[in-house]
Amino acid sequence: MKIGGYLCTGCGIGDRLDTKSLESVAVREGRIGFCKTHDFLCSQAGVDMIKADMAAEGDDKVTKAVIMACSRRAKTESFNFGAVPTARVNLREGVIWIRPEGSEHDETTQEMAADYIRMGCAEVKAMQQADASGEQGKNNHIMVVGGGITGMTAALEASKAGYYASIIEKSDRLGGVMGQLKQRQPEHSPFQNPQDTGVAALIAAVEADDKITVYLNSTIAKTAGAPGRFEVDIASTVGAGTHAEFGAIVQATGFTPYDANNLPEFSYGKSPNVVTQLELEALARAAGDGPIKRADGKVVENVVFVQCAGQRSTKEGHLSYCSGHCCATSIKQAMYFKDSNPDIETTVLFDDIRTPGVGGENFYRSAQDKFVTFRKGKVSTVDVKGNELQVNFKDLILDEDAQMGADLVVLATGMLPNSGTDIDTMKDKDANGEVKVSVESILNLNYRQGPDMPQLVNGFTDSHFICFPYETRRTGIYSAGPVRRPMDAAQAQTDAMGAVMKAIQAIENSAIGRAAHPRSGDLSFPSFRKEGCTQCKRCTVECPFGAIDEDEKGYPKYNEARCRRCGTCMGACPVQVISFKNYSIETVGAQLKAVDVPDEFQEKPRILVLACENDAYPALDMAAMKRNESSAFIRVIPVRCLGSTNTIWIKDALGSGYDGVVMMGCKKGADYQCHFVKGSEMAHVRMAKIGDTLSTMNLEADRVAVHEVAITDIDRAPKLLDEMVEVINRVGLSPFKF
Amino acid sequence: MTDVVATNQTIIVVGGGISGMTTALEAAETGKQVILLEKRPYLGGRVSQLYKYFPKMCHPTCGQEINQRRIKMNKNLTVITQAEVSNISGEKGDYTVSVTITPRYVNSNCTACGDCAKAATTEFDDEFNYNLGKRKSVYLPNAMAFPQQYVIDQRIIGTAEADAAKAACKYGAIELDQQVETLDLKAGAVVFATGWKPYDANKIQPYGYDRFANVITNVEFERLMDPHGPTNGKLLRPSDGKEAKNIAFIQCAGSRDKNHLAHCSRICCMASLKQTNYVQEKFGDDGKSTIYYIDMRAIDRFDDFYQNVQANPNVSFIKSKVAKIEEDKATGNPVLHGVNTEGYHRYANQHDLVVLATGMEPSVDFKGFPIKILVNDEGFIEHDDSNGGIFAAGVASDALDVNRAVQHATAAALRAVQVVNQVAGA
Repeated sequence: MKIGGYLCTGCGIGDRLDTKSLESVAVREGRIGFCKTHDFLCSQAGVDMIKADMAAEGDDKVTKAVIMACSRRAKTESFNFGAVPTARVNLREGVIWIRPEGSEHDETTQEMAADYIRMGCAEVKAMQQADASGEQGKNNHIMVVGGGITGMTAALEASKAGYYASIIEKSDRLGGVMGQLKQRQPEHSPFQNPQDTGVAALIAAVEADDKITVYLNSTIAKTAGAPGRFEVDIASTVGAGTHAEFGAIVQATGFTPYDANNLPEFSYGKSPNVVTQLELEALARAAGDGPIKRADGKVVENVVFVQCAGQRSTKEGHLSYCSGHCCATSIKQAMYFKDSNPDIETTVLFDDIRTPGVGGENFYRSAQDKFVTFRKGKVSTVDVKGNELQVNFKDLILDEDAQMGADLVVLATGMLPNSGTDIDTMKDKDANGEVKVSVESILNLNYRQGPDMPQLVNGFTDSHFICFPYETRRTGIYSAGPVRRPMDAAQAQTDAMGAVMKAIQAIENSAIGRAAHPRSGDLSFPSFRKEGCTQCKRCTVECPFGAIDEDEKGYPKYNEARCRRCGTCMGACPVQVISFKNYSIETVGAQLKAVDVPDEFQEKPRILVLACENDAYPALDMAAMKRNESSAFIRVIPVRCLGSTNTIWIKDALGSGYDGVVMMGCKKGADYQCHFVKGSEMAHVRMAKIGDTLSTMNLEADRVAVHEVAITDIDRAPKLLDEMVEVINRVGLSPFKF
Repeated sequence: MTDVVATNQTIIVVGGGISGMTTALEAAETGKQVILLEKRPYLGGRVSQLYKYFPKMCHPTCGQEINQRRIKMNKNLTVITQAEVSNISGEKGDYTVSVTITPRYVNSNCTACGDCAKAATTEFDDEFNYNLGKRKSVYLPNAMAFPQQYVIDQRIIGTAEADAAKAACKYGAIELDQQVETLDLKAGAVVFATGWKPYDANKIQPYGYDRFANVITNVEFERLMDPHGPTNGKLLRPSDGKEAKNIAFIQCAGSRDKNHLAHCSRICCMASLKQTNYVQEKFGDDGKSTIYYIDMRAIDRFDDFYQNVQANPNVSFIKSKVAKIEEDKATGNPVLHGVNTEGYHRYANQHDLVVLATGMEPSVDFKGFPIKILVNDEGFIEHDDSNGGIFAAGVASDALDVNRAVQHATAAALRAVQVVNQVAGA
């Protein structure tokens, strides 16, 4: 093994720093094989020099490298040497760009650079080449749960890409809710008239596709395993169950219509002439090409649509959200009447008409052209008057109470997702220790975190991330359609394709041991030293992704295909037995120990900064690009996630004479911005307990600060570091300097 | 400069905004060969110019950082900037895409040290800030710019200033003699993720965007809030640099209107609701926002966000299509005239600043597209089997918010993967 050091003197590094002395620090203190300088290291010539060393034979072969140049965010492609462990020492953005010029600063600036080189050398020594575990499986078969339009689309599109799909459908037929509709809203210009639902054609295509298997009357009794190797027990209500293996899962379980019996004020249940949108579809289908008739056989001549019925409402039992499709659905249904007989009165009472995009707005305009009446009004009650109905509402334009007669009232009620159990609230256990679940599980995952997809809000299984709508705490399991978010059919079909794309990606990546988003392609995975493990279960509890199971003896079982490589388990471990080959307690611990802590008489504090590599570290980087000044006393170590921060690092730093520790992670809480979901939060929880450690060491609590830092905090982040300098000025240097 | 290998199993993605990056990355991370073409000198598109996203109020650059890191680490993905498609021929599974690359005058030797920019003196309007500020003739387009390389404005080529910039570079990164280059690339599938541009507010004459300094658009408002923006994140109005504390938001400015854009752009209601949060964030109870609207389209779970803004006593809602704006000469304040249709009350309301919630127009005119694809009257690409192996991703298909655009772009990646897998006989 030979470690090569490569010191770039370009971009002002050679002008601002004594590079001869830095070379000597690298070789003598960093104890690496050699240190070469280059005045333009990222040039082809510079990179070729490094690659030649890595390609050398025998003892000269460089197997690890320390690049002493710019930030790891710069020239990333040039200094990407594949599997060769490489440390990036940030002398440009991390040192010379944040320190003012002038001889009075030279000494501290040079010390900063020397420390970062010591740190890089120590880090790379502790790093090992990351390889996939070799436990991977490849399985080209996707399980699609739900046989509605979303599920059928998912299966067919998977098949078109060359993969296999099995549809698990609870009922005795394919088609779902869409199969109960007369028509759907138009998908193509000019978006004027309802069109065929396409369900019959989809069913025919599914049945004709030899890559697709359909299990009707079936549910999932158990799902175990991980992407690439899911093991599923399929239960049947009509016959024997089956066992099947899948590479990935798409959950397209759709929605249940809101129960309109919760709306007695609209006389639902009191009169058969008050119906929901779905019930109107049944009347429309029964009518065929003839006029739509009520239950009593009367031809409907005057129909009123009540929008947002039991929706967008904070009343008990109502839905607080908007179901997205209902405005366009009422428009479509009004056209069922108008297209058959323009003399039928059709009135839509609405608060806001929500028909976005090209298709939505054109469809709305078409309804106006067909003389559908739209009135902005809030319906209070619907009264039964003999054979007729009276709709009472406040006309919001005329600003007065109003009434309308109608022979049919259609309630635009909302969607409830079929998402199974809410894993975050199912804490109650019965006397036998079994978890009490009021709703039946869909997936029956045997995961420690619970049997279903995590829910975001109102029971929908959507992702929390704007930029990454398929990233949740589950890897290899993606939801699509109205179970994920309220949506119409067109969006659900697109969504099915997106989910299948992610499922295929999970299959391909798990087969070769590569991580999924956001550390895509990472081959490292956590492992633990069994003899040190106390089976305390902290890692299994804290893993944001529920990746870790416990074996029968209580030892962690990692399931790396579910793992996102954030390192939260490593941060959680009280006995520090968990590590990744290229990121471990040692890779960070060795860095912070490598810093040369000056004795107390020099009056130069040292502040350890642990910064999230996705937000805080780029913020510091961009602050440097603006040449925002930072303290010369900081030593920054990027971490995969603040959740990977183990308290041992804090203890070691304070015990070896650091004067303060600043941790910078992402926003936590309800609107969290941590891309490892709970990493930042777990770090905050752990660090809230660091006070005990500090008091046993007789150190002031202010010496450790945890901040939420966003990537845009280019001015604020350096100021937070200055604040720690002020704290140390106030409380004094650490008594632990030797 | 450009040495690119492309076959009929290659996927070409046109447009490097969040949709294009998503399509390219999802396909590349599934093992496909992808070329991503971007017209601007950097990736990120329109969302990189936003301050925050609704409804989480988080920063777009956060996701952009992840996507850019994914791109840097992925060897299946080639990015070509300043590249535009000039022609396409062939059919599904076998396209030839002609690409025109305009010169950056800076090569990949660039270390982003900034010495060249120090030698530059001329300033031009800063496109990244919607021309609200200036940038140098030699510049890094923004702090997140990827590739992290400077750009030389074509307008200084041939001047002593360009020579000075070249002389300042120690790394041989400046090539003033770069010429326009054309590449012919093979591809099995082509995905257009060309996104949108804001509707030209000058066309909405009664609102006086071209006449009144304190009438701006919603995208410009985003730049005013950004700490990297022209005011370093201070909410100052253009006419006199005064803090703008009483702000009017006009919805459907040039949207849902047959004289302008017939369609609804979906995002503008949520964008204005989000921007009222900015006003609250800056000024607390001293900041007042008024939204003039036709329908508030806070669709699905976003309705919670709307309900929260409605509960804010510093935000009022007026159901009205504003008839016209005049300027109070003494103060420079815009005065809004119209009728509140809830009860039919006339108003003449003064505000410090007016933000026009202008809509999205497709950024590329596909009408003159070299091969036949289905484009609707509004200019968006409609999905159709007759389009062969050409697909739209994100806002090239319809007005979408970021979340839905990314979802759509992920689906578009599948469509492209299906084609190249069929080509490969998989």
